[in-house]
Amino acid sequence: MPKGTGWRISLICAFAVLSFLYLTPTLVAKLPAWWNGLLPKDKIHLGLDLQGGTHLVMEVDTLKALEGTLELVATDLEDTLNNKNLRFKRISRTAADKVSLVLYEKGTADAVQKLIKDKYPGYELSPTFDEGGFVALTMRINEKDAQDRKDKAVQQALETIRNRIDQFGVSEPTIQREGINHIVVQLPGIKDPQRAIELIGRTARLEFKMVREDISPSSATIPEDAELLKEKSVDPTTGAVSEIPIVVMKKSMITGDLLTDAQVRIDSQFNQPYVAIEFNSLGAKLFDQVTAANVGKRFAIVLDSNIHSAPVIRERISGGSAQISGNFTEKTAADLAIVLRAGALPAPVKIIQNVTVGPSLGQDSINKGLFSGMVGILLVVVFMAIYYKLCGMVANLGMILNVIYLMGALAALGATLTLPGIAAIVLLIGMSVDSNVIIFERIREELKLGKSPKAALDAGYDKAFLTIMDSHITTLITAAVLFQFGTGPVKGFAVSLSLGVIINLFTSLIGTKVTFDLFLHKGTAKKMSI
Amino acid sequence: MELLGKTNIDFIGKRTISFIISAIISIVGIIGIVQIGRGAANMGIDFSGGTSMQLKFAKPLAIADARTTLHKSGIDKVDLQEIKDGNKLLVKIAGAAVGKQSDIVQAAFKKEFADNAFTVESSTEIGPSIGDKLRKDTLIAVALSLLGIILYIAWRFDFKFGIGATVATLHDVLAIIAVFFVMGKEVNLLLITAVLTVAGYSLTDTVVVFDRIRENLHKNMKSAMNTIFNNSINEVLSRTIITSLTTFLASAALFFLGGEVIHDFSFALMIGIAVGTYSSVFVASPIVVLLEERAAAKQTGAA
Repeated sequence: MPKGTGWRISLICAFAVLSFLYLTPTLVAKLPAWWNGLLPKDKIHLGLDLQGGTHLVMEVDTLKALEGTLELVATDLEDTLNNKNLRFKRISRTAADKVSLVLYEKGTADAVQKLIKDKYPGYELSPTFDEGGFVALTMRINEKDAQDRKDKAVQQALETIRNRIDQFGVSEPTIQREGINHIVVQLPGIKDPQRAIELIGRTARLEFKMVREDISPSSATIPEDAELLKEKSVDPTTGAVSEIPIVVMKKSMITGDLLTDAQVRIDSQFNQPYVAIEFNSLGAKLFDQVTAANVGKRFAIVLDSNIHSAPVIRERISGGSAQISGNFTEKTAADLAIVLRAGALPAPVKIIQNVTVGPSLGQDSINKGLFSGMVGILLVVVFMAIYYKLCGMVANLGMILNVIYLMGALAALGATLTLPGIAAIVLLIGMSVDSNVIIFERIREELKLGKSPKAALDAGYDKAFLTIMDSHITTLITAAVLFQFGTGPVKGFAVSLSLGVIINLFTSLIGTKVTFDLFLHKGTAKKMSI
Repeated sequence: MELLGKTNIDFIGKRTISFIISAIISIVGIIGIVQIGRGAANMGIDFSGGTSMQLKFAKPLAIADARTTLHKSGIDKVDLQEIKDGNKLLVKIAGAAVGKQSDIVQAAFKKEFADNAFTVESSTEIGPSIGDKLRKDTLIAVALSLLGIILYIAWRFDFKFGIGATVATLHDVLAIIAVFFVMGKEVNLLLITAVLTVAGYSLTDTVVVFDRIRENLHKNMKSAMNTIFNNSINEVLSRTIITSLTTFLASAALFFLGGEVIHDFSFALMIGIAVGTYSSVFVASPIVVLLEERAAAKQTGAA
């Protein structure tokens, strides 16, 4: 064997063995029991365009989260000032990041200013000013705290969505944050995308509010501390939707964040599903107090500003269990239980991108992609064999090696194969023989100059080397840019392309060369089949 | 086997004709880019925002009927396209909000064609903000990759070759866009991917030719510039064609058999590969000759 052949052959074989090792989890449906420890378990994932599924991009309305925080601050200030007997005219949120206070006297204003400074150090306090004879001041959340709050809202939304999806049961979901306020969710192979989207996108803010029976829903003026909400009900037989307006207190007695559990149960009497909820100790105490004080009155169960139902409190309810019933199918009850368990989103989310691919189309794409790939390989193989005879077969061998390495590398990285990714592989099949064509043409030229096969071979590889490097590097540059900027399918294309280009350099400069060296090393061959 | 024997074609001499052809192609391409920038071309919804759905019906469906049905439901601006095998219908509604249109379309078809059941094979809804961001990102991506290529070639060869390679690459990019624009094909993310791939790939041919020219320039200092360039191109002509041919074969397989999704993508690749081969011979090298001649004229003028 010629010098320097041994290590090259070992390298080629080692890579081939590695490739097959990494490909095993992809190719074998069920791994044998002894396949454990250090052996690779990652496999090539199929992109959503190939296996079907849903890709969602959601935008978290972070401004709403900030507004929510300031509403809480306003309510909290009201309570604190009331407790301390500091009299005020009005406290309310007047902008997304601003709470305004209107007080009666300068003296209270000083006390309030001191109190706010102690209790809310993250807020900028304006000097007092006159507003229609009253003393007014505003507090504004500082920029950094506002950003923190928004950032936290996105993080919380992500966690909540992850919880909901986990409980909904989707295999291998991807939930990622993207940019400042976007969340990307991928649900491969999902059967009922519409239901999943509704489940994920729902804010699920649960509130219990007392009904104001003393105010008619049709009355023109509703006091500041009350609001008009609607109870929607669907007639089970006709499917007609009716809306009943009800006036409720603006302030909620109990909210959904005091829940510890929510489960679907079936009512034994009417065979109707309902959702059983459990409060934590604080929630249980509040619920006990509220029901005790309001026996005979109605309270409204409000979900995302819609009244779900408004039952009458028949007796004091202690123990912290309650139930939400009425108007459920088993699915809607199950979904409500999931969102209540997983918690409310800190702010509403809006779906800004929704790509759904049905499973049949995915299978169709795989079949067509693989079939056209096979035909592409065949065309190239036949062409090379005819045009370059035996040498062409060596190039074909290099190309096959190329494909095996590439698949192995994709498996090792746990990469996602998309339809454009398959296209990249097919393209690489064409490109992988290009390097050999450049080399072979050079060898033919050298042979025509009267060189021996071995001398021609060496000259061919030497002189073609730089050309091949140049052409590969330019392709690599574009692949890198595509990877950086592309999303989903395009990224898959870039991964396949850049891996392929690097592997191709190896197979064309080392893989095929060593084959020739093996046959021509003695320098005695008189003719070359090229 | 040999496809071409020894050729002796005067490529550089034909540069007037080739420059005119390429100028026309490039101008159409530039018009196409301007139209894309204005959003006036046939933009895919990934750039314009909107809804696109692929529906598979049980029975054949007349496009005109589908259109009237959608009009009745208040969807006026809709682009309908039929896919021949399997009663499939592509529905594209540009610039609509996420979440509504898809439901309206399904409800309308369900009501109007009760006896013709359908399944939604795929649906894509993209909000306008995403489209805007994508358009910006894409422009940056195209600019960055072209810049990277120019810098690399300018570093590997001298400046005049760098210009030749860059013009040829730009020419290839413009040619693909020109063809898509004239044929009214959809401009989407996959097309941009194909364009960038071609930008990287078409340089292979140019580099092969340039390498040979440089080699011959070193060997032979006396012959006229035209002769050296022509000889070099003729010497490497067969490999220029064959390298493209193998990749072209693979893309053709994708084009004919790869299915609807990558049909236009592989079409763009095929155009790009063909034009790239042409430009490496008829655009890149003649430009270098032109620049060299000018430099030489300046020198003699100065002396």
